[in-house]
Amino acid sequence: MNQPVKPLNVLIKGLLLFTLFNLVIAAWQPGIGQFSLYNALYPGRERLPFGENPKQSYNLSLFDLDAMFASHVIAGTPKSDDEFRVIIVGDSSVWGTLLKPEETLAGQLNADNLNACGKNVRAYNLGYPTISLTKDVMLLSYGMQYDPDLIIWMTTLDAFPLEKQTSTPLVANNEEKVRELASNYGLRVEADDPNFEIKSFWDKTFIGNRRAWADFFRFQIYGVMWSATGIDQFYPDRYERAQTDFEADDSYHDLTAPLSEDAPAINALETGFRVAGETPILLVNEPMLISAGANSDIRYNFFYPRWAYDDYREIMFALSERNDWVYVDLWDIIPANEFTNSAIHLTPAGEKLLAETLAPYIMEACK
Amino acid sequence: MALGNILILAAASLLWGVLLRNHGRTWFMLIASVVVIFWLQPALPIRGADFFTPLATLVLVVLTWFITADDETRKQRKNIIILLIVASVVLLLNLTRFVPTSFQLITASRPPQLETTLLIFLITGLTLLALSRLTRFSASFLTAGLVLTIGLFLLIKIPALSLWLSSFLRTLSGQSLTNVSINDFRWLGFSYVAFRLIHTIRDKQSGRFPSVDVGEFITYVIFFPAFTAGPIDRLERFIKDLRAPFAGLNLETFYPAGQRLLLGLFKKFVIADALALIALNDTNATQVTSTFWMWVIVYAYAFQIYFDFSGYTDIALGIAQLLGIKLPENFASPYLKPNLTQFWNNWHMTLTQWFRAYFFNPITRWLRSWQKPMSIPMMILLTQVATMLLIGFWHGVTWNFTLWGLWHGLGLFIHNRWNDVTKAKAAAWTTTPTKQAALNVSGILLTFHFVAIGWIFFALSSPAVSWQVILKLFGVN
Repeated sequence: MNQPVKPLNVLIKGLLLFTLFNLVIAAWQPGIGQFSLYNALYPGRERLPFGENPKQSYNLSLFDLDAMFASHVIAGTPKSDDEFRVIIVGDSSVWGTLLKPEETLAGQLNADNLNACGKNVRAYNLGYPTISLTKDVMLLSYGMQYDPDLIIWMTTLDAFPLEKQTSTPLVANNEEKVRELASNYGLRVEADDPNFEIKSFWDKTFIGNRRAWADFFRFQIYGVMWSATGIDQFYPDRYERAQTDFEADDSYHDLTAPLSEDAPAINALETGFRVAGETPILLVNEPMLISAGANSDIRYNFFYPRWAYDDYREIMFALSERNDWVYVDLWDIIPANEFTNSAIHLTPAGEKLLAETLAPYIMEACK
Repeated sequence: MALGNILILAAASLLWGVLLRNHGRTWFMLIASVVVIFWLQPALPIRGADFFTPLATLVLVVLTWFITADDETRKQRKNIIILLIVASVVLLLNLTRFVPTSFQLITASRPPQLETTLLIFLITGLTLLALSRLTRFSASFLTAGLVLTIGLFLLIKIPALSLWLSSFLRTLSGQSLTNVSINDFRWLGFSYVAFRLIHTIRDKQSGRFPSVDVGEFITYVIFFPAFTAGPIDRLERFIKDLRAPFAGLNLETFYPAGQRLLLGLFKKFVIADALALIALNDTNATQVTSTFWMWVIVYAYAFQIYFDFSGYTDIALGIAQLLGIKLPENFASPYLKPNLTQFWNNWHMTLTQWFRAYFFNPITRWLRSWQKPMSIPMMILLTQVATMLLIGFWHGVTWNFTLWGLWHGLGLFIHNRWNDVTKAKAAAWTTTPTKQAALNVSGILLTFHFVAIGWIFFALSSPAVSWQVILKLFGVN
């Protein structure tokens, strides 16, 4: 016999179930990010998700590393016997601001059909558009599960200052991962670093964390547009070129000349090598714009006064020699006209030149 | 309406329905509706426009009531009281210009100076007084009201006129014309207001207008759940619900209302908003290169517009039900209909019915009354194309809406002729349920795809891009 529906009971039961659902989510924290339509329904993305304007870029910034990597082509590409797998970590210059996926360093290396150890070189872009060595180490650590044969780590001085290590939102929202690196590999992190976004129990519920859930689902939906267009960032018709004239200012953060090894976050660099273990790392001082404009005798570019950058290069040489790191200093190989909107963002031609310069190092990596 | 607006309106209606039931319900609906048209009006670049636009809506509604009401109703003292109360509400909203900005929650920007509002009241009052002094109320006022409403409608919908209006209003408010744009002036809800006003004026002209006081009339025209996205109710039906005693919300009445509201929220804010991320638009129309994905984004748009629109209708129906008003249905599974005629009988039903009652039927009667009537097919072609063109123009007087109207007008005509020729054969062929189902399913698929291709003109802003999309859909690049 059908019993009449009692709406109040339905309402109360519904509310109870919804509350329970929220509590379970908060306590369990399911790894929903590992589920992805990318690499299943849609092709994987060529670079990690990042985007501030999803309507135009069909991409958006996430903080869930599982979801980020699950959408990447590397997660859906089983390593074959004849693949020499190269992962590239670094900042926006590696990620490829203003560049199409095939124009990035990884894209250009793949187009060159390189061979190393008798295997086909396949490069994966794990760059991310913020500058922090700790962020690089965190992504490198995650990328290690994909069994790379070589890691190319593109760095620049601006990734070293201590205050930049955890302030980038991707790091700030992944405190647990960073603490893991601290306990397993000796990454130096302050116990009470205020940059970290500490989630309360409420923040972990479905309602409290609704933005992250919504972003996750939206990101899955944007896979349609990624598949349909191959676009994953907004390409403006015009952009402001990198600054070449500067004030007569030689300050760099709160550091003073000469730069010492204690000042920059060398520890993060060392941690990266410990994380890589047996996998070789090619440490590259990435190219930058060397300005010839006003006060260029004081500053190389918007980022660096000459004294700080010159000191940094000396430190990097000394460190590499002492630690037996494979280090390549490519700071000045790209002409100034091959930079786009920043002193570290290259044009497609600039990326091509960089890829050609790096190719021999990759091919020699297995020797 | 944003989610926050909807939840506040639903909560207010729920509380009234549960706690106060019939006590002051009509007053609640009137005052809430007046406040809501100011509350929902977005900020506009023209100074004071987001306050004066809803005020203009009210003035227009009051004037229309005045010319449509019968002498006896018009002279009732309660109308003066109602008008004074409505004016007081507007004045109170205007006075919020003196409270700190953080407390100006009702209007999108700081309300304008009080003097201007008082001047508008004075002019409106004097106009009403002058009209009321006329010993014989001329039918030409109704025609003038009709012309005014249609004129305002065209002013807003024709891009060249909108630009002129924006320039005029910018000049009037002493603003620069440097950044003038057709988007400067957006009169929230005016399309629906205009339809209701035209309906009442036409009904008055044909002697079917019921006797309503000014409060009932204002509530009908700007009823807050249906103000922004319909449905377009009929005055007689609305008044019946409004005047019926409302026993208040109980579990039996709350359940369907709540269910409808939740369904609407889910359709609009989950399904439609998700589909909007991948639906056809001017940007992705040029970026998608493959036929397969082009179909995907066209389908996404077809379903997005349905869930968006029918979601809003469900929300409107749900909130109205909380107050004891049963607004008419607007969608009845239109994409599951086997031909275009049935699609239009089930898509935005109140709009279709409106056009049928106030345009299609009269023009058909007029054409039939000619001394040398034209052939039936020609008459059908003319009336259907003209009706669909008008529905297109209702959305905007642009080439793309014209093409969309033509697409559907010709589609309806072709279906009508096809049906006429094949009806007997189809009936003879469908001798088994399987054949009937096959005919039905193929009809649904054909109709859906015809409508989906039509949406391309609707979604995009230029015929050239629309044509490119259509070519891509059929593999021609």
